[in-house]
Amino acid sequence: MVLIDLANPTRFLDLSRRVLPWLWAAAVLTLALGLYLAFFLAPPDYQQGQTVRIMFVHVPSAWLSMAGYGLMAVASLGTLVWRHPLADVAAKSAAPLGAAFTFLTLVTGSLWGKPMWGTWWVWDARLTSELVLLLMYLGLIALWQAMDDPGRAGRLAAVLTLVGTVNLPIIKFSVDWWNTLHQPASVFRAGGPKIDDSMLVPLFVMAVAFTLLYAALLMMAMANEILRRRVRTLEMTAAEAGA
Amino acid sequence: MTHAGFIAAAYLVSAGVLFGLVAWIVADGRAQRRRLADLEARGVRRRSAARDAAGKGAS
Repeated sequence: MVLIDLANPTRFLDLSRRVLPWLWAAAVLTLALGLYLAFFLAPPDYQQGQTVRIMFVHVPSAWLSMAGYGLMAVASLGTLVWRHPLADVAAKSAAPLGAAFTFLTLVTGSLWGKPMWGTWWVWDARLTSELVLLLMYLGLIALWQAMDDPGRAGRLAAVLTLVGTVNLPIIKFSVDWWNTLHQPASVFRAGGPKIDDSMLVPLFVMAVAFTLLYAALLMMAMANEILRRRVRTLEMTAAEAGA
Repeated sequence: MTHAGFIAAAYLVSAGVLFGLVAWIVADGRAQRRRLADLEARGVRRRSAARDAAGKGAS
């Protein structure tokens, strides 16, 4: 099957029915392994002690908050340039997931910051740009909800999503460009990760688990959105027939 | 200093948000399938589905 075959919503529904059980099984098993590694094999940090275990949920959430927006940006190109029938469905379905992972990033970061920095929140560039990302997700969700015509809403949301991508490099490089309380990059950086393998491996397993979970939830949400649009079409057909 | 409360809160909030997402998406899927089934039970069909049904009836 080539990618263009998935342009057909019915084929996507068939594919999601076949793939989802395997995706869920992989997500649950990887999450169980990740939690075991995070709690029983990863050592306490020499400075932070046990509190470093918050990293295993905070960092994967942060990566997904940004990767999810990147995916929405690619889908937005699909809507505006290629008019792919599933592109807008993917972007709309990804928005609440991205908002949830961004919310988790902010909350778990706050719960990590209070014991380590002595404060729940500071208006530094990393924290503020991540908060802006949450506001952008919420704004896009509101835009999709505010308009009846999903096609028109999709095109407007696609433009707004692409404008918002300017925030992604700001989030990533904020810790290099400005003096922030948030630490600099310690995994994706020139010169390789600064974290020891005993913590890096559990972190990557948790990141894979969160990504699989995200993929399963996105596939389900996309199937729901396809059904929602079919319901809307049928309701309009029924209304026209009754008129 | 273990800060156990902060660690527990971080994992509990994460579990709560993720379970909430799963529950919301599953409930939404059921609601959409129910609405679709109701419409089809009333005889409202998509044009492609109606065409398929007509084609089968003719053969």
